[in-house]
Amino acid sequence: MENELAAWSPYLVGALIGVLSMATFYFSNKPLGVSTSYARLAGLVGNLFSKSHTETLKFYQDRKPKIEWGVMLMFGVILGAFIAAYTGGEIAATWVPALWQERFGPDVAVRSGVAFLGGAIMAYGARLAGGCTSGHGISGTLQLSVSSWIAVACFFAGAVVTAALLYRL
Amino acid sequence: MSADQTAPPVLVIPPQDHEQDEKDEPGKPDSRPQLVLGFIFGIVFGFLLQKGGVANYEVLMGQYLLTDFTVIKVMLTAIVTGMVGIFSMHALGLVKLHVKPTRYAANITGGLLFGVGLGLLGYCPGTAAAAMGQGHFDAIAGIVGLMVGSYVYAQTSDYLSATIQRIGNRGRIMLPDLIGMPVTLFLVIFVSLLASSLFILQRLAP
Repeated sequence: MENELAAWSPYLVGALIGVLSMATFYFSNKPLGVSTSYARLAGLVGNLFSKSHTETLKFYQDRKPKIEWGVMLMFGVILGAFIAAYTGGEIAATWVPALWQERFGPDVAVRSGVAFLGGAIMAYGARLAGGCTSGHGISGTLQLSVSSWIAVACFFAGAVVTAALLYRL
Repeated sequence: MSADQTAPPVLVIPPQDHEQDEKDEPGKPDSRPQLVLGFIFGIVFGFLLQKGGVANYEVLMGQYLLTDFTVIKVMLTAIVTGMVGIFSMHALGLVKLHVKPTRYAANITGGLLFGVGLGLLGYCPGTAAAAMGQGHFDAIAGIVGLMVGSYVYAQTSDYLSATIQRIGNRGRIMLPDLIGMPVTLFLVIFVSLLASSLFILQRLAP
């Protein structure tokens, strides 16, 4: 089945992401990873409310809330996807995905609420597990990290069960 | 001593000290060129994610519902390509490895929690940013959630590092360390296995 939502072959995209991770290792001495950037941004917002409290947290002593390489990477992802979608005529501008709407209706608040909850649980899990689908799922697994192969199996197990509960019951 | 006793113990290779950790180096902010590089790498990454279709809720959920295998194809191909590339560069002394620490309890509970969140949001942290760029605005609520969840984690980070992070803490071990196999031999076998599973996957779910 050709995927009409994908402009390029998944093998081409995957191979180029592999080359991209070689480039980040070589030029920046860093693996591709995105989830820590959200934590740093959250720390910056936390600083606005109470800098002294944020600074007492162990996590933010190890990883300072600041705009660094990873946060710039995350900003770049937003822009890069925009450029790809714009030039390919695939800009969506939707608040509720079609598949979700078919199942749960067009209410933006319901979709946004579940998306928020999902994001929060996912970030907590990412920090506990030590990475996300990029950091563990690609960069960690390709370096044969034991933790990453365990984590990515758990990512998929959790997502498959949750998706089945949402869509198959 | 007989000859076989002096031979290197092939089956008991100690876990090597796999360089690096992900804590910040104090007082060394990323240089301006590195910030620019990070941004450029991000643009490329976002561009590729969108072109691969994985900035779409339908494609991502299709993977978890096991009706669309785009995500696994992209990931496995990236893993195989990057694995061959990065270990080759490492052998040439061009790059350092950044193996992630293994803490069994935290990797498993964190991983399962991540999976539940992934099923609810659809997008993962990287593809949420890409989805937002493509104009899937439900990713915005997800991104706010990601930030809130990260801060909540930081609130509990002291407690966690004294408890669950200590259970099954094995350090920066690699798969070949588990069975005491030399890394190069393991790579040859493992890369062939991963490549074959890609071919099988393409046969079963083209």
